[in-house]
Amino acid sequence: MAHITLDLAHSYKPRPQQDSDYALLPLAMEFQDGGAYALLGPSGCGKTTMLNIMSGLLVPSHGKVLFDGRDVTRATPQDRNIAQVFQFPVIYDTMTVAENLAFPLKNRKLPEARIRERVGRIAEMLEMSGQLDQRAAGLAADAKQKISLGRGLVREDVAAVLFDEPLTVIDPHLKWQLRRKLKQIHHELKLTLIYVTHDQVEALTFADQVVVMSRGKVMQLGTPDALFERPQHQFVGHFIGSPGMNFLPAQSAAGRLQVAGHALEQPAGRGLPEGALQVGVRPEYLALAQPGAAGALPCTVQRVQDIGTYQMLTAQVGEHLLRARFAPEQRLPAPGETAWLQVLGAHTCYYQNEELLP
Amino acid sequence: MSATTKPVNQKAWFLILPVLLCVAFSAIVPLMTVVNYSVQDIISPERRVFVGTEWFAAVMRDEELHAALWRQLTFSLAVLLVEIPLGILLALSMPAQGWKASAVLVLVALSLLIPWNVVGTIWQIYGRTDIGLLGAALQSMGIDYNYTGHASDAWVTVLVMDVWHWTPLVALLCYAGLRSIPDAYYQAARIDGASKLAVFRYIQLPKMRGVLMIAVLLRFMDSFMIYTIILLLCFILYNWMQRVGTTAKEGAGHE
Repeated sequence: MAHITLDLAHSYKPRPQQDSDYALLPLAMEFQDGGAYALLGPSGCGKTTMLNIMSGLLVPSHGKVLFDGRDVTRATPQDRNIAQVFQFPVIYDTMTVAENLAFPLKNRKLPEARIRERVGRIAEMLEMSGQLDQRAAGLAADAKQKISLGRGLVREDVAAVLFDEPLTVIDPHLKWQLRRKLKQIHHELKLTLIYVTHDQVEALTFADQVVVMSRGKVMQLGTPDALFERPQHQFVGHFIGSPGMNFLPAQSAAGRLQVAGHALEQPAGRGLPEGALQVGVRPEYLALAQPGAAGALPCTVQRVQDIGTYQMLTAQVGEHLLRARFAPEQRLPAPGETAWLQVLGAHTCYYQNEELLP
Repeated sequence: MSATTKPVNQKAWFLILPVLLCVAFSAIVPLMTVVNYSVQDIISPERRVFVGTEWFAAVMRDEELHAALWRQLTFSLAVLLVEIPLGILLALSMPAQGWKASAVLVLVALSLLIPWNVVGTIWQIYGRTDIGLLGAALQSMGIDYNYTGHASDAWVTVLVMDVWHWTPLVALLCYAGLRSIPDAYYQAARIDGASKLAVFRYIQLPKMRGVLMIAVLLRFMDSFMIYTIILLLCFILYNWMQRVGTTAKEGAGHE
């Protein structure tokens, strides 16, 4: 187990000139020993690049990787003692399930009895004890991926286990089980787990700390709660949540806030800077308000959708659309009617140049 | 009975009549004629004697045929034993990407473009002890090499010739098999701490199984046709030897 420190940048091009040449822009990150992390971001944001740099499959073009303070920038995956699980199941076709699970241990010349014990334990965790003597080649995709997961977890002394979108090939109902299993294994084995995904539900349920990335840049590192409540960057607000945060352009001047053609009183004690701002509010926090209430805007209801567990209201204010989530039993105004929505409140975030204002 | 019953129309039989006629004319009738010949001793078109299975018995007991069959099998096995491992080794050492990969592919495939009789001629001259590099070199090393004189030398020469000509085919097939292995397998093997040998044994070899089966089949079948090249070689050689020492100007070289 190890404490991982990254201070690096990476470009696949030999002589990077501008920001877009970098797969990873210069960054400094710390991964605590024994933590469960998720790297979350859209495709092509650099999360797999970061993972491969940590595992040693890729050498960063600039900077260093430290494991417990030791420089391992150029060390191989074996030297770093890292385990990695890939997006698509990698199994050794000619071996049985047990031999597959034992392979990383056998290569490291562990005693036979110890190998048998570890394989038995991991198989039990993954509920594969009954299949140990089966040929791995004949199994279904999710069973194969369980073997891949097992091979990643079978070594006790690994510095970290890295997962590269490991549940892509798994059926949705099994995804839940496996994710719970991983969380349970994390509690039992106290391993450092780093999990790459573009699925926010996966990231937010699995990890204690989530790293949100976009275009080679780390946007925010925080707990799922912090990402939801206080997105540090407009991208995070937009990316996390379903649907993402609503943003309205605003002008701040002399204690008042001009939002979509309406002048609102600034919330007391906020001390917003003068000039152009963006007001961000989660659909969950857009409540219905009395007409003319402080911090509320009159909106024209466009659509009300019943999505089973909640209702989604889409409303227009000026030229901007707002989405709000309501409980299924809530009575909502019909399309065409005017509804007052509480835009400014305790959960509202303010952004200048896309960055959160304190 | 299934719920859907097929309509019955006996006239449909007429539709397969053209095929039946074609196959009968091109295959069934000629084949049965040969079967008919095989059970008769035909002295002249008018005089024939029915002999039953006598010809078959004679062929089965023929020492020459047995010897030829064994020689052929030994040769085919030798071809496989040399070409398959050599092809795999070659494929493993070929570059995977970039202009080098294309260049090596073309170079390796060159020998496959050469017709059989040209291969024969190349090796016939190459192996000669007077003007051929291989023959002369072996001779100067004190090895009594003579592919026209010693049966074993001839056998080895034909084997080397076949290896030279066809190993690239095995290599190309293996190369295709190797390229189809996703990178994740190699990365996973590195992370699992597998040695080069283990990567070959547990990833590359199993993933190449399909193409190797095809390579073995192709080379085994093709090696049964090797006698044509030998026939050709001997024929050219024979003609050429006939003219050596005569005054005839034309055909004094090889044909």
